[in-house]
Amino acid sequence: MSSRVDRTLPAEQQLAPLMAGRRIEMVVIGGSAGGVDALVGLLPALPSRFDAAVACILHVPADRESRLASLFDARVPLPVVEARDKQPILPGTVYFAGAGYHLSIEEDRSFSLSCEAPVHFARPAIDILMESAADVFGEGLVGILLTGANYDGADGMRRIRECGGLTIVQDPDEAQSSTMPLEAIRRCAPHLVLPLAGIRTVLPLLETP
Amino acid sequence: MIKPPSDFDIELRMLVEAVYLKYNYDFRDYTGASQKRRVLVAMREMECDTVSALQAKVLHEPNGFAQLLQFLTIPVSEMFRDPEYFLAIREQVVPLLKTYPSLKIWIAGCSTGEEVYSMAILLKEEGLLERSIIYATDINPKSLEAARRGVFQLERMRLFTENYQKSGGKAAFSDYYTAAYGGALFDRDLIENVTFADHSLATDSVFSETHFVSCRNVLIYFNRRLQDRVFGLFHESLCHRGFLGLGSKESIDFSSYADRFESLARRERLFRKVGV
Repeated sequence: MSSRVDRTLPAEQQLAPLMAGRRIEMVVIGGSAGGVDALVGLLPALPSRFDAAVACILHVPADRESRLASLFDARVPLPVVEARDKQPILPGTVYFAGAGYHLSIEEDRSFSLSCEAPVHFARPAIDILMESAADVFGEGLVGILLTGANYDGADGMRRIRECGGLTIVQDPDEAQSSTMPLEAIRRCAPHLVLPLAGIRTVLPLLETP
Repeated sequence: MIKPPSDFDIELRMLVEAVYLKYNYDFRDYTGASQKRRVLVAMREMECDTVSALQAKVLHEPNGFAQLLQFLTIPVSEMFRDPEYFLAIREQVVPLLKTYPSLKIWIAGCSTGEEVYSMAILLKEEGLLERSIIYATDINPKSLEAARRGVFQLERMRLFTENYQKSGGKAAFSDYYTAAYGGALFDRDLIENVTFADHSLATDSVFSETHFVSCRNVLIYFNRRLQDRVFGLFHESLCHRGFLGLGSKESIDFSSYADRFESLARRERLFRKVGV
């Protein structure tokens, strides 16, 4: 599979060849500083019917109850919930990682939580969710990494790529904080680097044609 | 489509099986993703390139398993972790516990003891410590040893104090420990009625009737089959209408015991055994 994509083409045309023969089961979206605003621009683009599950993970303070799921539930056409331990993953549902615990995906396609040490000072860590998702979903996984001010997510994106999944990074030039997208680009050579508007265009297309 | 297991997954299963056969520690029903990460850490720290090499070390080297065990268990805890849990115990469980002439409390998976000392302090302030027996159990002998010692790092006291205050603490937190040699040694009278014991939720059975079981951030490492076993143990151990406390993100909802417990404080994860 070629990773050469003509970056001057419209986002949907860049995506089309990458989707050939691919059945997307899960989309993992990670972000940190500026991530809430980026998701506000992104998630409402999801259609009311969607074949894949979506798991979102932002760095939130561990001592505060995360209200992200209820914040987005009102704005997104799909059901939005906080991912719970041992919860089976359903298509067409948007899950958020809660505060204070790492979130992983198990072989039986359920979520699990853990209290291992923070990764890149983060718990939940994007790397942990992405790496475990890559092991389970392989080519059926899409990783999207947005704005952020640390290195979390870069290793996760690399694992997704190694396992055959599709990787999309927000254009660092327009990201509120470019550290995270830049590091991901350096470590994983993502399939697509797109501005938020471009990611917004391709997100609803990440389905079986 | 069923994906064939990777070499790593095959070796991991064999390692866990070997540990069970030789040492009778049963990690076979631990959740996969975090166990996999911990084995990767163990491989790095114990300088093994493959899980098979790690297995050889664990089987043939005298200290191998003791070393591995420190990686397989997760001693991450803090005193009065999730203060609202302890506040809810004070407000909603303690008034009912006070009606019993004597109490048995089981802290399952007590790790290095942070929760044991927290619970003892709470019981003391509520006038219940003297009539309580606390069973503090774990599978890791090193953790149990640390729990028995009751010395925690001084630099953690600020966080612990903050938690204690939020949990409805009635005294000055520093009353309960003596600072010495960079550590905080907790008062011995707090654990006078504590029995620290090696007990496995995966292989051992119930050892006593109890009024309150607190088991927090242990069940998340177990798959549903093992969770069911453990809920079964707790259900069997708890007296009529006994209390169960779980970690802030743990639930009984996906277990076959869901209808055997009712919620007492939903957000704080306190439950009560349903009467029959």
